[in-house]
Amino acid sequence: MSPAKPTKAVPTLAGFAAARPLHWNSWVAGVVCLVVGVIIPVLNVGPSPRSAFHISDFFVTLVGKLTCYGIVAVAMDLVWGYAGVLSLCHAVFFALGGYAMGMYLMRAIGTEGNYRSLLPDFMVFLDWKELPWYWEGFNRFGFAMAMALIVPGVVAFIFGFFAFRSRIGGVYFSIVTQALTYAAMLLFFRNATGFGGNNGLTDFKRILGYPLREPSTRAALCAITGLALGLTYALCRYIIGSRAGRVMTAMRDAEAKVRFSGYDPVAYKLFAWTVSAMLCGLAGALYVPQVGIINPSEMQPSSSVEIAIWVAVGGRGTLAGAILGAFLVNGAKSWLTVAFPTAWLYFLGVLFVVVTLVVPGGIVESFSGLLKGGGFLTKYFGGLGVKRAAAGPETAAAAPVSTGGPGVGEEQEQP
Amino acid sequence: MMNARIFSPLGRWSRMRVASLLPVVMLGMLLLAAPARAEGENDYASALKGIANPSTDAVVQAITALGATEDPRALKFLQSLDGGDVAVDAAGGVFVRDRGGALHDAATGALANAPDAHPLIVDNSIRRILAPTVSRLQLRSPDPTVRLAAVEDVAGRASSDDAPALRDALAQEKVASVHKALVSALAELDLASDDPKQRMAAIAAIDAEGSERLRPKLETLIAKHDDGTFGEPDANVRAAAEKVVKGLQRKQVVFDTTADVLYGLSMGSILLLSSLGLAITFGLMRVINMAHGEMLMLGAYATYVTQQFFHAHLPEHESWYLLAAVPVALITTMAVGALLERTVIRFLYGRPLETLLATYGLSLLLIQIVRTIFGAQNVAVGNPPLLSGGFEIFEGVVVPYNRIAVILFTIVVVTFVGYVLRGTSLGLRVRAVTQNRPMAACMGIRTEWVDMWTFALGSGVGGLGGVAISQLGNVGPDLGQSYIVDSFLVVVLGGVGKLVGSVVAAFGLGILNKLLEPLAGAVLGKIIVLMTVILVIQKRPQGLFAPKGRTVESA
Repeated sequence: MSPAKPTKAVPTLAGFAAARPLHWNSWVAGVVCLVVGVIIPVLNVGPSPRSAFHISDFFVTLVGKLTCYGIVAVAMDLVWGYAGVLSLCHAVFFALGGYAMGMYLMRAIGTEGNYRSLLPDFMVFLDWKELPWYWEGFNRFGFAMAMALIVPGVVAFIFGFFAFRSRIGGVYFSIVTQALTYAAMLLFFRNATGFGGNNGLTDFKRILGYPLREPSTRAALCAITGLALGLTYALCRYIIGSRAGRVMTAMRDAEAKVRFSGYDPVAYKLFAWTVSAMLCGLAGALYVPQVGIINPSEMQPSSSVEIAIWVAVGGRGTLAGAILGAFLVNGAKSWLTVAFPTAWLYFLGVLFVVVTLVVPGGIVESFSGLLKGGGFLTKYFGGLGVKRAAAGPETAAAAPVSTGGPGVGEEQEQP
Repeated sequence: MMNARIFSPLGRWSRMRVASLLPVVMLGMLLLAAPARAEGENDYASALKGIANPSTDAVVQAITALGATEDPRALKFLQSLDGGDVAVDAAGGVFVRDRGGALHDAATGALANAPDAHPLIVDNSIRRILAPTVSRLQLRSPDPTVRLAAVEDVAGRASSDDAPALRDALAQEKVASVHKALVSALAELDLASDDPKQRMAAIAAIDAEGSERLRPKLETLIAKHDDGTFGEPDANVRAAAEKVVKGLQRKQVVFDTTADVLYGLSMGSILLLSSLGLAITFGLMRVINMAHGEMLMLGAYATYVTQQFFHAHLPEHESWYLLAAVPVALITTMAVGALLERTVIRFLYGRPLETLLATYGLSLLLIQIVRTIFGAQNVAVGNPPLLSGGFEIFEGVVVPYNRIAVILFTIVVVTFVGYVLRGTSLGLRVRAVTQNRPMAACMGIRTEWVDMWTFALGSGVGGLGGVAISQLGNVGPDLGQSYIVDSFLVVVLGGVGKLVGSVVAAFGLGILNKLLEPLAGAVLGKIIVLMTVILVIQKRPQGLFAPKGRTVESA
């Protein structure tokens, strides 16, 4: 993945090493999970608000939100970092999960809405007389949670089946998924679609009977999210450590060779892709009660690209890197959009350019590089020469599958 | 003489005879005209006398009489009357006040001295007769636009008294648009007639003129009431009306489809302009330039800056600013493109997904820079006078000039790009590098230099697209974002590396979109189009115009 070190593939090493218990990745993920899932909620609920150890409600909600993004980043890393498929529609899966949860929360409002009707407020506003058929069942929490996983999974499965079967890969796949995102966003912006149009779903009151305004509910949600992140990490680590995960990684680096060895890439890609979409749905479902709103702007094509940059910043192909990336970028976003509103886009833009140009391995690789005494600056300046000598647009044309590969220089023969 | 030579079958001798006859004919016409003119004079003068009569009935009669005269002064006089500029005195004198306030004798036009003249009060009973009379007189006006307005006025009143005047006017009318309006107005009157024959004739006239305006009237004729009767009692007339309505409906479908196709062409040309640059950077260089939409945006802003410059420094040439904006936008965006290529993109060749992310970052930067300089609000880019307005191709289908200009501009840009790629040494090098980079390098082509120029060209063409977009829609920092998804789809659908494919895909998508819009609504139509593209790409992953042979990439 880093052109600077064509012979050494850190992420791949990490993948193999994952089979061993408690690799440093797992340590990082475990610590994050512990902090988010236990320490922060306990410090929020336990000490009195005047105590030095108390953590504010605002911070709890923020961390809960960031943890949801962490889940998305891990899911993205599974398909992008390990299966080599850059998806630009993960925000859609995230929002689909969010909408499923939002629908449950809307139904749970009961008659306490502004119009005192059993129907959600926006339907009363649109003068609808009864619930559309696809809102049936969402008054039950279990059903809604199942849908938060199943709907993104089914959408991803159908879409992925056709796309992978016709061997749409690399950038083509990214572009097509971006078109899907755009179409979904337009669809959800319509009032007639039945999900609240522009405003989305909001004004929630309670979840499973617990009022959402209560700090204790929020702390519990934060704890659950932390737990979910841990489970997500464990699942993904299991997958990439399994035989299937090793085929996926091999596919990422040289799809043609894997195919010639008798494996069917469609099944492996489809598996990783669907699991990843379902995890995004889970993250969305956890996100909505904490943030209190879900609307179509979550599905913007730009949100999907941002997910990719979280992973790229952290370190593609390292699950812990994805988590760290999501926390860092979104933490910076939360801070900058308040402190320097105009600077945020400059920051994000520069981040995109610098990360891809200077530290393509992300912070994780730079750290391990620093530890080994290399330092990423020397690598950058050493690296430019390699890139310029080896690559031109032609290589890109010839190598749509080299994207996640451990280097561009060595592996492509000219056709 | 030329015309005579061509059209006269009689030859030189007969032409001379016709010429010698001319004075005689003209003299005869004069003699015939003289008594008529004198008679008209008398009509006008005698009708005027009634105006001075204190009785309102007499004034009404006088106005009717004036309306019946052939005299051109009658219209002018009645219009003055309508404007309250007519004065009368007890002695029976009728005067018209001019703009300066001086009184003229209405019959002779000479300045008059009438100290006890008082303005004629135009009450409602006079006004009621005055307006129809004026418009009936206007039907004879030499100015077709006045006539057209008069016809519309008369038709709007739909009074059967107007029928004879309309018939007279119809017999004389030469201008097609006025003729059509007259037929339609008469048919409307005749449809209300008690005589089934006349109604039949009206329907036939509507059929012949194809007048869309009267379709609702016909539809009420054939509509079945709740009690089982029809709007039209006569079955034959009803059948005829039904036939005409069907014909009009069919015609309407054709009109609508034509209009949709035209708008689709316009939309397709916008798609093409926005994706042509991408077809170069992505199609030829395989660089996923997510910042391409921002090249459109920069082009549009370059147009805005040019407009502001002309407004401030060259106000007398302001209507020509758009011509200057084209090179300004081209050069600006080419420079930006070259800069980006040199500083960022060249390090990313061969890593398409990283390129995607980095260029996305560049697009954010460009958006934020523009926002910082010009503000987050949309800026106003005006159409030059030449491009505002439009013309009506059918009844109710107006094609704005700016859309036509964009279609023409697209043709020019496509030709320009085709020429650069096929006809210049740069194009030759670009194609050589695209086909086989190491071999091209061996032949002494500076591939890096070619890369930079290719990328600059692609960006510049995007800037040209921005000039066109600035003429049709809003110009704001987010402009590019709304085009980038469509642009990529066009390039992928058309087949990467095939400019022809992009042209076909852009127009195909544009027309498909516009045809779907009335059926499914704008948003659903768009979604259907996106889904169609996704399905087509499933079937033909290489695009509609896939490159064949040795250049096909091996997966």
